[in-house]
Amino acid sequence: MAQNMKLSGWRRQNGRIGVRNHVVMLPLDDLSNAVCEAVANNIKGTLALPHAYGRLQFGADLDLFFRTLIGTGSNPNVAAVIVVGIEPHWTGRVVDGIAKTGKPVTGFWIEQNGDINTIAAASRKAKEYVQWASELPREACDISDLWISTKCGESDTTTGLASCPTIGNMYDKLIPQGIYGIFGETSEITGGEHIAKARAATPEVAEKWYAMWKAYQDEVIEAHKTDDLSDSQPTKGNIEGGLTTIEEKALGNLEKIGRTCRYIDALEPAEAPAKGPGLYYMDTSSAAAECVTLMAAAGYVVHTFPTGQGNVIGNPILPVIKISGNPRTVRTMSEHIDLDVSGILRREMTIDQAGDALIAMIARTANGRLTAAEALGHREFVMTKLYRSA
Amino acid sequence: MEIPQLLVHDKKDNVGVVVVEGLKAGTDMLGVVTADNSTFRLTAAADIPIGYKVALKSLEPGDTAIKYGEDIGKIVAPIAKGAHVHTYNLKTKRW
Repeated sequence: MAQNMKLSGWRRQNGRIGVRNHVVMLPLDDLSNAVCEAVANNIKGTLALPHAYGRLQFGADLDLFFRTLIGTGSNPNVAAVIVVGIEPHWTGRVVDGIAKTGKPVTGFWIEQNGDINTIAAASRKAKEYVQWASELPREACDISDLWISTKCGESDTTTGLASCPTIGNMYDKLIPQGIYGIFGETSEITGGEHIAKARAATPEVAEKWYAMWKAYQDEVIEAHKTDDLSDSQPTKGNIEGGLTTIEEKALGNLEKIGRTCRYIDALEPAEAPAKGPGLYYMDTSSAAAECVTLMAAAGYVVHTFPTGQGNVIGNPILPVIKISGNPRTVRTMSEHIDLDVSGILRREMTIDQAGDALIAMIARTANGRLTAAEALGHREFVMTKLYRSA
Repeated sequence: MEIPQLLVHDKKDNVGVVVVEGLKAGTDMLGVVTADNSTFRLTAAADIPIGYKVALKSLEPGDTAIKYGEDIGKIVAPIAKGAHVHTYNLKTKRW
């Protein structure tokens, strides 16, 4: 199965394999979105990542902001980056961070230049980058070169029965082959925290994980809640799909980590894994776009996304593969679903067969097949904000 | 194999999930426990949409709903065997 698959990708200057070859126009701040979007309109094959932040952030929130932007530019699915900011200093900080990967990156700033001159200068550089990137060859690589993330969305009771265990089966098969995996969704493990804690590779990692989970319970949920969070977590869509409580949702969610693999570290949001191949946990929101954006910033190159009721999310640089086991969703939202595992509910397909089908779809995606979310233009780039800006 | 209408994760569970569309009250459902592929029959006490839960036995306020072999919350209204289990008779024990 996995051993016989022929895979190819772009080996970047730092040795990592990417499966997409984007030239990114990265705004430092909300003010610079317009320039980035203008350049992306001028120069075909570039991709602007507009976002809402970057002004007057400070402390841990600012650290997370820089980690997310630098991590996004550093992702191996990105060939080259142009950073545009309102002023040179924070722009340069992002440029310097991305430059550590060895990939081409240039910064431009708007103050004392204006939008129009900045657009002209950045467009010339973008044209150079995009033509250079278009001649970079794919080369043969191995499944173990892939970093594969997971997060589910608009879950229902079918996700815990079919699509989430499909992800778990894939991890049980590919983690031993040397891939990097990752799961997150801190609030959404509530009710299954005893299971998640027990799946840490060491007692130290278990305690590190538990401290992250407990901090969110105490410092965010207990501090701000006005009810039992029903309609928010679980969402209205989850409830429409038959999920009733957070405990039930959490137990389905945790089916994504399979039966045998254990996570070897618990990472801060957007932190790159540093303990070698294996499964990792990341402290993330359970909101799909925020979570997937953080996993992309940590360097993951293919994302596996189980959905029950039909979450349509994508990401600009990380291909998001949608897996559904709900036959109604597969029928009514077929354009969004890459892999139909509804046969599991009919007992026509085993979890093992579904896991193999997912691995085959991961290989096709790595080799260039556009995911449903990519073909439909879903590019949700949403940064996580820890508190109000100054 | 006959296609089941109802799937149950674990032998210890007292709720299962309807996995077919258009299930009508009175249907003699084939249930499968996915942990060991054992089967059973249960009569649906209501029309139940795909994805919604069914009580495998009668449940009373104060009981704990069990799914995946784990606690998924507290029963807050009486539920007949074969009837629908959702937000109006099951609540989280958290938050």
